[in-house]
Amino acid sequence: MAGLTAPAARLAFRPNWWARIGWVLLAVYVVYAFGRLDFNWPRFLVGLDNGARFIGRMLPPRIAQPDSLLKGLTESLEIAVLASFIGIMLSLPIGLFAARNLMPTWASWPARALIAAARSFHPVIVAIIFVKAVGFGALAGICALVLGSIGFIGKLFAEAIEEISLKQVEAIRATGASFMNVIAFGVMPQVFSRFIGFSTYQLDSNLRNSTMVGIVGAGGIGGTLFSAFQRFDYDFVAAILLAIIAMIMVGEVLATWVRGVFLERGKVDEE
Amino acid sequence: MNAALDHVEARTWRRFTPRQRLARFAIYIVIVAAIIASARTVEVIPEFLIDAPEQVQDLLQRMWPIAWSHYPGGVHDALMETIHIATLGTIFAIVMALPIGLAAAYNVVPSRTVNYIAKLLLVSSRSVNSLVWALLFVAIFGPGALAGTLAIAFRSIGFVGKLFGEALEEANRGTIEALEATGAPWTSRLAWGYWPQVKPAFWSIALFRWDINVRESAVLGLVGAGGIGMALDTALNLFQWNRVAMVLFSIFAVVVIAEIVVTQIRKRII
Amino acid sequence: MSTALAVRGLVKEYVRGKRVLDGITLDFAAAGMTAIIGASGTGKSTLLRCVNRLVEPTAGEILFGGRDIAPLKGRELREARREIGMVFQEYNLVERLTVMENLLSGRLGYVPAHKAWLRRFPQQDIDRAFDLLDQVGLTGFANQRADALSGGQRQRVGIARAVMQNPKLLLADEPTSSLDPRTSVEIMELLCEVGRRHAIPVIVNMHDVDLARRFAERIIGMSGGKVVFDATAAELNDDELKKIYGGASWLA
Repeated sequence: MAGLTAPAARLAFRPNWWARIGWVLLAVYVVYAFGRLDFNWPRFLVGLDNGARFIGRMLPPRIAQPDSLLKGLTESLEIAVLASFIGIMLSLPIGLFAARNLMPTWASWPARALIAAARSFHPVIVAIIFVKAVGFGALAGICALVLGSIGFIGKLFAEAIEEISLKQVEAIRATGASFMNVIAFGVMPQVFSRFIGFSTYQLDSNLRNSTMVGIVGAGGIGGTLFSAFQRFDYDFVAAILLAIIAMIMVGEVLATWVRGVFLERGKVDEE
Repeated sequence: MNAALDHVEARTWRRFTPRQRLARFAIYIVIVAAIIASARTVEVIPEFLIDAPEQVQDLLQRMWPIAWSHYPGGVHDALMETIHIATLGTIFAIVMALPIGLAAAYNVVPSRTVNYIAKLLLVSSRSVNSLVWALLFVAIFGPGALAGTLAIAFRSIGFVGKLFGEALEEANRGTIEALEATGAPWTSRLAWGYWPQVKPAFWSIALFRWDINVRESAVLGLVGAGGIGMALDTALNLFQWNRVAMVLFSIFAVVVIAEIVVTQIRKRII
Repeated sequence: MSTALAVRGLVKEYVRGKRVLDGITLDFAAAGMTAIIGASGTGKSTLLRCVNRLVEPTAGEILFGGRDIAPLKGRELREARREIGMVFQEYNLVERLTVMENLLSGRLGYVPAHKAWLRRFPQQDIDRAFDLLDQVGLTGFANQRADALSGGQRQRVGIARAVMQNPKLLLADEPTSSLDPRTSVEIMELLCEVGRRHAIPVIVNMHDVDLARRFAERIIGMSGGKVVFDATAAELNDDELKKIYGGASWLA
């Protein structure tokens, strides 16, 4: 085997040019955006200084107005509960209608359009519109969150239904079962656990959102929080924030318990 | 044939064990009680409810025609600012969430205390709405995009950190074990063992959160944290409904474009 | 012997001009097992599925229970369907539900939706379900989830579900094609047994000729959408098989 020329250095790893370009572009963008948003070091330092003073004023947290706090929290809770209940109830049929493998186009199209519209806007914006329509207070908040729930649960539920095995549905149809029975025994067993998962997630999400729609007047602790901010009652603000976090954590625990009882394995069933 | 025929009792069939039935029943009761209690105490003013369709119609009439001309001057810059807030916020969040997410995964950092603290941080970050974070940061850093970006960042840390931690916990132990057996240090195990496995999940989470953040950034301006929300706030305060409609439309358009972008990138990367 | 099912001039075109079923006319007696054999794609499965209207026939009559069920819709169709039990190749059980729930789903044609949802089935149905479980050899499996069972066990549940309907006719669409040879024999034995015991005629689709010969009294061979053989198992010789399946090389 004489006369072998030395082979060109073989690269063990081919450089991924696309990835490298991607990272460079990202770095360039960050610098660019910093400029556009007028971020600079001095501002940040001043901010940090402010921040330290701010934290000082927030601690120790003080419940300046216990009645207001309690009323706000319960109202947020109520908004979350009612909005979730109504939203879940409505999402079941709407999601069912939106499933293209079960429903004819004239039924699925409107349902899908409704779900897409419900998802398009942030709950706060929807809350503003409802405040204009039904006035200040919890009703606006409930309506806004119901729409948000339909958008979330409806979409995921429809997708779950579109992934089921139609063979099981076929077998149930072959026994002569009515439409409702086919849905109950052929479709629901396959998607029910995921529906519970989405619903508990949305309940949790509504609990968080209900604390915020008050900022635009749609009821709940958000209103209390906003007025505390405007009065510079920062220690009250801290108390309210802690109360919100506590309430949400309790909500998460409850949601996990509900999932444990209704689902076989105690967590959201993934296929 | 048996001389003494046993009485065949009707064989019963129960779908759930008694304990399960009790638990389910308890939950139903709690749910019904909560709903009834809420429905009774929530303040619904009937006049407003009846008035509602009229109000909505009035609103829609005032919004039409949409003030397209308002876009270049009042909307475009704010819209771009919103996008920057969303993107930078997401990037910061990812940078900060990665170490916390790592700390929360037991198979990466085998200390339950550290896991617990990390998870606590993540939960707190998620529990506070981006709007509330924005209020906080506006009070600290003053109104403007800085507050908005930090609000988005801090809110997203919890989201990214939690999902990322879960993806880490689902990584295949066998691969990591093999690397351990070669004597690789902890950092190499991360880079060669975990990272390739969680990469698709990571990008999926990052894109998903960016998409959500575009929506969230749009409203932060309502409390003064920069972006299109400020244009919305101004128009609302001045009751310039045509402009409000313009702003809403541009938000909608941006959200749709963001979703398309995300879907396209998803197809290519994942 | 009376006729349980008669098919007259049944035609099915999935694509216009291409007939998968080309004017099938057959009578099925009210007892015994009939096997339909033929190469893949000759319309065996389509024929069976046309009978319970899971596939819509393009033309022809299906006479069952004294009337033509081909044009039926809505409630009447469902009433006809509940008299016809079907066993599927891939069992088609509701995986997430238990064996008992799958059995009871055979009664869904008889129980109104709200009762079924609450699992309030008549005690008579529940008793019957337990009996059937014993008959198919699955005593004690009532509360097992369907997806925890083996293929053969699942098919037994499928057969029990079909029998729960108290049908006047049992259709089986390639019931053994997903099973190993020994289990296939067990399932065929069970189908025979069930048919005899409850006096239900059984029509089975299959592509295992030996199984067909062993268990069926009557064999129908299809080719190209037409019936090319219709006689007892004894009369099925190699020449006839060639006509049904075409090509001699597969006959060892």
